[in-house]
Amino acid sequence: MATQTASPSDFIKNLGRMYGTYTGGFLAFIILLAILEQVGVPNKILGYLFVFFTLAVYAVIGVMTRTAEVSEYYVAGRRVPAFYNGMATGADWMSAASFVGMAGSLFLLGYDGLAWVLGWTGGFVLVSILIGPYLRKFGAYTVPDFLSFRYGGNFARFLGVIVLVCCSFTYVTAQIYGTGLIASRFLGMQFELAVFAGLVGILLCAMLGGMRAVTWTQIAQYIVLIVAYLVPIIILSTQHYGIPIPELTYGRAIAEIGAREGQLVKDGLAILCNKEACPPGTLRPHIQPFMNYTPLNFFGIIFCMMVGTASLPHILMRYFTTPSVKEARDSVAWSLLFIFLLYFSAPAYAAFSKLEVYTNIIGRDLNAIRPWLFNWGELGLIQICGKNAANLQAVLDACKAIAGHPGVLRFQDFVINTDVIVLSTPEIAGLPYVISGLVAAGGLAAALSTADGLLLAIANALSHDVYYKMIQPLRMQRQWTVIGIMAAIVVGAIIWFAAVPGPLGVQWRWWSILGLLALVAVVYPMMRTANEVERRLIMARALLLLVAVCSAALASTRPSDILAMVGWAFSLAMAGNFPALTLGIWWKRATTTGAICGILAGWGICLFYLVVSRYFPQMGVTYFGMTSLLNPETGKALINVAQIMADPKWVADVPASAANPMANRVGWFDLNNINCGLLGMPLGFLVIYVVSMFTKAPSMEMQAFIDEIRKPRGQTVLKENI
Amino acid sequence: MANEKIADSTANEEAHWDKTTKLMLTHLGIWFFFGYVVHMFVVPLNKIVIPILGFPLGFYMAAQGSLIVFVVMLFMFAKQQDRIDREHGYAEED
Repeated sequence: MATQTASPSDFIKNLGRMYGTYTGGFLAFIILLAILEQVGVPNKILGYLFVFFTLAVYAVIGVMTRTAEVSEYYVAGRRVPAFYNGMATGADWMSAASFVGMAGSLFLLGYDGLAWVLGWTGGFVLVSILIGPYLRKFGAYTVPDFLSFRYGGNFARFLGVIVLVCCSFTYVTAQIYGTGLIASRFLGMQFELAVFAGLVGILLCAMLGGMRAVTWTQIAQYIVLIVAYLVPIIILSTQHYGIPIPELTYGRAIAEIGAREGQLVKDGLAILCNKEACPPGTLRPHIQPFMNYTPLNFFGIIFCMMVGTASLPHILMRYFTTPSVKEARDSVAWSLLFIFLLYFSAPAYAAFSKLEVYTNIIGRDLNAIRPWLFNWGELGLIQICGKNAANLQAVLDACKAIAGHPGVLRFQDFVINTDVIVLSTPEIAGLPYVISGLVAAGGLAAALSTADGLLLAIANALSHDVYYKMIQPLRMQRQWTVIGIMAAIVVGAIIWFAAVPGPLGVQWRWWSILGLLALVAVVYPMMRTANEVERRLIMARALLLLVAVCSAALASTRPSDILAMVGWAFSLAMAGNFPALTLGIWWKRATTTGAICGILAGWGICLFYLVVSRYFPQMGVTYFGMTSLLNPETGKALINVAQIMADPKWVADVPASAANPMANRVGWFDLNNINCGLLGMPLGFLVIYVVSMFTKAPSMEMQAFIDEIRKPRGQTVLKENI
Repeated sequence: MANEKIADSTANEEAHWDKTTKLMLTHLGIWFFFGYVVHMFVVPLNKIVIPILGFPLGFYMAAQGSLIVFVVMLFMFAKQQDRIDREHGYAEED
């Protein structure tokens, strides 16, 4: 395997020119496709060109930046300049949900949706002032590396790995699902096939070059995604208000929305959510706060997302790659700037779409509604009068079936999937298909880049922390025992979970085991002849492949539960990592026992609250004193717990199905379960404090190490022997 | 090199960490104010409309205002912390 032939400093010096050329090439490519469209090339081919061209570019970067060095593989050789690391972090951070879903949430929730915008930006402040630069000085490859060093050994490391895998695996599955969704929607590919096409894209980027390859592809992906996000909305703003800065002009759109809302209510076309009654389907004014979340939950979301940001391993590890501590700090600032560009535009998408819906769809005669929505209605993403709005006739028929329908579209007749907001904007603005293709490429870039980062975080924890630091130091015989036990667990899990029919009449579980055997047959002989460096890299790649295939297999089953769990990752990361990381740096007195108890207690209570309120609400009500959450506007209980508990239909529903009316709707203190970090983090801090005070202070040697972490000057504390 | 300065290094170390902690608390305070406190007053703030642009102020703060503060704050923090590190001789060599 060859590394970059030019000297490293040349490579860094040329970055500006390289990515400048790349951006120019990308814009030229868009223009070329626009010309092709005018000439009459069909949309489908344009879509394929877009997706395959961008995927090919990422793959080429991924293959070109392959490496045979451990430090290149884990931390990109620690020479990524602050500005570029900022871009890479931006792409790492902004997921399919940010790109496609965020504007839609803002559309539905109005002001309350801004909790997500605030929560997903403000956390970088905590990264920079509390954690990131200190971990960089420490010189870790992974977050569990730090926990293990600071809290004396492999038990803390093991807990760190468990927390990391728990919060990252659901997250990466959602990203791979996102790639499948976007590719299948725009290219008309079969969903399962699209998922595996995405998987190939991810592996090509990450497998050969690890962190180094992921860094340079993420930068390329950031450029695609930000161009794709901003172009449609800039054009729309120029059309409506003559100023190409949507972030300034959507203020007027908001004012117009307010006027339209008043008009709709006055005309009897919408019912206003009010203090007496606020059921679903009532209108909640766009700028009025606390109609969807109570103030506690609104601020809870902001807090959990912010602290969660500062605890998510795939974000923290990006700051291990900068050349210095100072650059790590600069890099956090650049990251937030690049993220800000997208997040402060998302409310503009929401406002323009809402204005379009409130003026050209709702309140219109059914015959006069705008035709762009039929494309989405066909896919079941827009429903009118309870039926998919596939075409005008379907809409007319559906509404005619409702007794006393006035023939004018009412607010409560219209249901839109949140993904449509960003994806449909080019059509609302009447733009050519090439812009829609651009948006699809941007969404794919967002999903792929986040998936790359997450996969690397998981696979690195498994290969570096579990294999290299925990298993390899064991004696040969014990190594085999541990590997044997792990293999048994994996095979058992496959046989248990993958009992679904597969190709050639053989169940998928047998195909999976065949695949696993093949992987072992390839890897084992390589391991035997390899030296230590090669072994670490072979293991890292094999595990990356394994994790990626597992999450793609899971994603292809469209697991609705997993997708809903992504928000949980933040609370889990926050409860498990934040107290131990911050106190490890800022409080010398924090002891090993204290930290281990704190992680177990904080993370445990968070997980307990999530699982019980989602899957065992009956148990939560009976044994743990949980009660119904409250409606934010009326302050009354959301559900009648006593009545549901007596209903034979739900009594035996254990674990609760998504249809169970109590799932996610019971809890303590009216706290949504996504905010369980609010319970776990304070408990974690408290336990670490109390237990530490009762145990012997860390050794002078450890305290000296902590002093070392606090000073940017000098060598990293942890020295890798390779 | 560190050995030469053992006499004053503990004092220097403490002074450096003292300043670092103060800077951290200042920025946490600003973060808390713009992340939470401002938004507690969204209802009265929404009565004020930003001239020309037409945003209600409470909405604007959550959609853009606080975000801009966070970005600016991070660039300032990086600079200030670097200054502290330099003053105490703990900055990395360029």
